Amino acid sequence: MSASFEKGYRALMEALDTPAAAFFSSCVNCGLCAEACLFYTETGEAKYTPIHKLEPLRRVWWQEYTVLGRLARMFGLAKPVTDEELEAWSPLVYDACTMCGRCAMVCPVGVDPGYLIRKMREGMAAAGHAPQGIVEAASRSITMGSPAGVKWVTVEAQIRRVEKQFGFTVPVDQAGSDYLALMSSWEILNFPEYLGAVGRILNAAHATWTLASEAYEATNSGIQIGVSDLARELVQRIVTAAEKLKVRCVISPECGHAYTALRWEGPNLIGRPYGFEVRHILEVMDALKRTGRIRLTGTLPQPLSYHDPCQISRKGGVFEAPRRLLRDLAPEFREMEDSGTMNWCCGGGGGVSANERAEPLRYKVFQKKRRQIEAAGVKTVVTSCANCRVVMEEALEHYGMDIELLGVTEVVAEHLAEEAKK
Amino acid sequence: MSANELLIWARGSGFNLALALLVVGLLLRGFEIFSLGRKTDLAPARARSPGSGWKTVFSRTLPPLGLVARSPTTYLGGYVFHVSLFLVIFFYPPHIAFLHALTGATWPALATPVVDGIAAMGLAALVALLVSRIGNPVKRFLSGFADYLAWTLAFLPMLTGYLAYHHLTPDYSLTLGLHILSAELMLALLPFTRLFHAVSLIAARWYTGENFGRKGVAT
Repeated sequence: MSASFEKGYRALMEALDTPAAAFFSSCVNCGLCAEACLFYTETGEAKYTPIHKLEPLRRVWWQEYTVLGRLARMFGLAKPVTDEELEAWSPLVYDACTMCGRCAMVCPVGVDPGYLIRKMREGMAAAGHAPQGIVEAASRSITMGSPAGVKWVTVEAQIRRVEKQFGFTVPVDQAGSDYLALMSSWEILNFPEYLGAVGRILNAAHATWTLASEAYEATNSGIQIGVSDLARELVQRIVTAAEKLKVRCVISPECGHAYTALRWEGPNLIGRPYGFEVRHILEVMDALKRTGRIRLTGTLPQPLSYHDPCQISRKGGVFEAPRRLLRDLAPEFREMEDSGTMNWCCGGGGGVSANERAEPLRYKVFQKKRRQIEAAGVKTVVTSCANCRVVMEEALEHYGMDIELLGVTEVVAEHLAEEAKK
Repeated sequence: MSANELLIWARGSGFNLALALLVVGLLLRGFEIFSLGRKTDLAPARARSPGSGWKTVFSRTLPPLGLVARSPTTYLGGYVFHVSLFLVIFFYPPHIAFLHALTGATWPALATPVVDGIAAMGLAALVALLVSRIGNPVKRFLSGFADYLAWTLAFLPMLTGYLAYHHLTPDYSLTLGLHILSAELMLALLPFTRLFHAVSLIAARWYTGENFGRKGVAT
């Protein structure tokens, strides 16, 4: 038994808890989770059935934590989990699961395979079976502060561009601000309009806000790869900066898993509640609009739809806010079939987009979203996750589809009544 | 051992043994699951969602929209079998008499021809589920010994009960004895086989309902 496999096996054992045991005890292999998973529906391959992706973890549970399983192992009646098996499962666990959680919504006995995949990745990563692309992104997060290698100097360049374009000063390290704004790597590199939009909205609301030079990146590779120690370190950077600056609220950017990492996993990773609130930018804008601190004007006349990022809607509970924000602006707003908490993933969440090995599969499963968009009959899709946006942009290009993709934050900023008056 | 002796053993010692194994097994499985523990969630819930776990325990009994059409046999077969099993166990007059002798409680029975029809539907549903398990590529891929064992354990009491009720075998006492034995086998092995989902799904549904409910998502 190699040292890395031993480490991985131990990580799998340590990850198992009461809900995991209840899930494995309840599964009757009915196969219904397959029907909820786009990796199965779009490929027709049975190996992509969510519960099958967890088979090694199930056997670790059975052989380590049940009397019958231990006896079976003792008498040679149970097949032990091997390093080769974990390696063989890597494409199922990392390439073919975005931890979107849709399977958890349909399982008749209540199993949440995504909850278990998150645990299984802890063991896979410890055993050295995480894909190279995600390993490298995680490594850059530690050494450079960002999975895409974005440094503060890059952010500063973006700040200068925003200040020049919109004529306001971007506050940096301003203690006592209402809000600390974070960005994802994609927003820093691909969607510079995000920072400008956040500033315009918060300024219109007369809120005080700041960026933090020590914590600007919200992306958390630790969650994607399944290394809690790394995830903890990345969350701690933000917590330290936010508490040092004594901000009231940290704004999670348009990034799905960053929200999961900071809002839901973060306090559990660092072992205590935060001294501040965490809100997704959608929640912040929705609250500002509902309390009358910002008002929106004008319309987007074209038919448009909203793509729910899984980590924000189904796994984050933020599915009404974007609709409240968009409905007034878009008279031709059209829901896709299976929207809200039953949305279909773009195919690139949970680290899949950072995993080059998964690219052909990612394009293949995007056909679900492609059919949804075509059925909605729209040429504009709005979303609130930069990763979804990049994944969809690449796939739309791949399929030669002429669809405009927008972020909710920039749409809101473009319709601020306060700016229109000026 | 003659058929009558088998019947007497099944009604007495056999039943006591099965019941003891069931109770010990349930306690052991409960300990195995709950001794693993679960960390307190330190992330503040989005909103107070009291009872979201229990809501999912019940709501998950209904199918999600659109999925019945994608997997009709799994859903319809599953519903017919489970409802049929419940009605036959608890509303067939001899079963009520048996449970009355055991617990002192009693309740109105269904007419035996009605129970007969329900049992036939339950048996047909089980056969359909087996055919689907073998014929459906996903279910066949997933299935192993444990799945076919659970099916057999559920099928045998239904089949032997049906045969005994209709006197379809030459030796009624033997068939009835085998019916009681197969029901006892199902009880005794329930905690250690896939049949345990009948109990553990309460916990599984509760945790999923609670985890999502904290985030403001109804499951």
